[in-house]
Amino acid sequence: MIAESSVREPLVTGHKTLHDVSNDIAGRVEDKPSKSWLLATAVSLAALAVGAYAVWMTVWHGIGMWGLNKTVGWAWDITNFVWWVGIGHAGTLISAILLLFRQRWRMSINRAAEAMTIFAVICALMFPILHMGRPWLGMYWAIPLPNTFGSLWVNFNSPLLWDFFAISTYFSVSLVFWYIGLIPDFATIRDRATNKISKAIYGALSFGWDGAARTWSRYETVALILAGLATPLVLSVHTIVSMDFATSVIPGWHTTIFPPYFVAGAIFSGFAMVLTLLLITRKVYKLEDYITIQHIELMNIIIIITGSIVGIAYITELFIAWYSGVEAEQYAFLNRVSGPYWWAYASMMTCNVISPQLFWFKKIRTNLAATFVLSIVVNIGMWFERFVIIVTSLHRDFLPSSWAMFYPTIYDMGMYLFSIGFFFTAFLLFAKFFPVINIAEVKSIIKATGEKVKSNG
Amino acid sequence: MAETSNYLTGVFEDEDVLLDAIKKVRNSGVKIHEVYSPFPVHGIEDALGYRRSRLSIAAFLFGITGTSLALIMQIGMMGIDWPMIIGGKDYIPVPSFIPVSFELTVLLAAFGMVGTFFVVANLKPWGKPKIFDLRITDDKHVMAVDLGKNNLDEGKISQILKDSGASEVNKKTL
Repeated sequence: MIAESSVREPLVTGHKTLHDVSNDIAGRVEDKPSKSWLLATAVSLAALAVGAYAVWMTVWHGIGMWGLNKTVGWAWDITNFVWWVGIGHAGTLISAILLLFRQRWRMSINRAAEAMTIFAVICALMFPILHMGRPWLGMYWAIPLPNTFGSLWVNFNSPLLWDFFAISTYFSVSLVFWYIGLIPDFATIRDRATNKISKAIYGALSFGWDGAARTWSRYETVALILAGLATPLVLSVHTIVSMDFATSVIPGWHTTIFPPYFVAGAIFSGFAMVLTLLLITRKVYKLEDYITIQHIELMNIIIIITGSIVGIAYITELFIAWYSGVEAEQYAFLNRVSGPYWWAYASMMTCNVISPQLFWFKKIRTNLAATFVLSIVVNIGMWFERFVIIVTSLHRDFLPSSWAMFYPTIYDMGMYLFSIGFFFTAFLLFAKFFPVINIAEVKSIIKATGEKVKSNG
Repeated sequence: MAETSNYLTGVFEDEDVLLDAIKKVRNSGVKIHEVYSPFPVHGIEDALGYRRSRLSIAAFLFGITGTSLALIMQIGMMGIDWPMIIGGKDYIPVPSFIPVSFELTVLLAAFGMVGTFFVVANLKPWGKPKIFDLRITDDKHVMAVDLGKNNLDEGKISQILKDSGASEVNKKTL
């Protein structure tokens, strides 16, 4: 039994019964693909196909196809990597940290957010792997295996190796967490299925789930412990990503503020991407009763908080650069703000620090169109943040004769397009064939917080 | 397949009625085979007298296995098999070993616990569940009573189920 105050807003509106929940969510899986879904999938696949050409050229001819030069040896690839990993932080944050804090509003958004996490991490993984030039060897070199190089092992002092362990652990644990949540819902679809093929497929996917009380009891223990494990994991992943930079000796990179600043930025961009995707899903699948204005408002509040943390981090960095008295450090930040890449810095500041402050107004944070636009603005800003950190710290190094600018080629752009195409194709397939909302979890709160019960007093 | 048994299934609409019913049915001396629900019902394991799951112990054991393996691997490779001075650090730079040790702890704990859960709960892709009622995964709670394991006769058990709030009682052979 769950007790809940009657003054709280209902989390599920529209007088839903348990059967309505099954119909509203599992029903979407059973529908024939709609025209708009087919069109969106076609567009995503086209982006994927165009981008695949850039990937092919990169693998065939090497990363010389990109715009990198001797001075700027890291640019779009690592920018995209950090951007995607950052986006991939919201899902597990929502399902793990909000589960530990007993925030029940997570229940109607966690499934889609976790799916988004998994796809974003796959997109992220693509970039370091392809940056290795010979990806088929690169993956093997990162694994500590006995080898023929005189048993020379991987270097455990390197943050790039920590990153390999962190991202692969994060990906696999998130995948397991997501799948565990899906099992009871696959069973719901299995038991509703009318044709043999979908009964067999969803039957296998549901792992023979029968809903026994003993299994549910174990299942809840597993979910709670996975949440407990995933919470420090989420925080560790972007901490380690930030160490790729923070443990170096490049001015503008070796700052101790990076771990918390990157984690806040990751949550910030992740929530923005969740909002972008869910606002569309909610509209197309008519899920307004499950993802209410209250859900959107709460996510926007998290965006203001994390956006403000990121803003404080930007200003602290500038202050510390000045206060350190180190000339190279001071120049790196002066160049960032007023050098040839001032426009990237200005875009970052506007998109990440200034525009989210609009969410202080209740009218704006409960407005769907405004939220949708701002969620995209935030992700543009977060892409610029990584670009600013990476390129502006490198392009004017210690030796003025080697100063250079970075100009992306069409292959840089194509790789980015490839990852975006993959991400949306994967999300669209998920939205069609998997239940986009956690049916079982939403059912468990219907009685405590559904509008039907609340209005009866 | 195991041999078939005859069950009586009481269908319940509401989780609070169900929790009371479990207590009433057990007090009247009927052994409950299992209760099936579309979502986790809080307090059901206490009502049924189930012990707390020990999966947390499994997770802990897998976790410390992960930590130990990570440390053995890193110390063995960098400190014993091929010692090298990297950046003026010790052969065994303990702070550098923290991230990988942490990640492998989480990885093994998560996979080990979920694997154990699949084994003890008998969940597998080719699993054939006993489905007492198709509405279990939709909107009904079902209490199954194995007639072969109870001394009371069918009519009596059926009456007890109805009295405790079951909206319908069906007979099922599985």
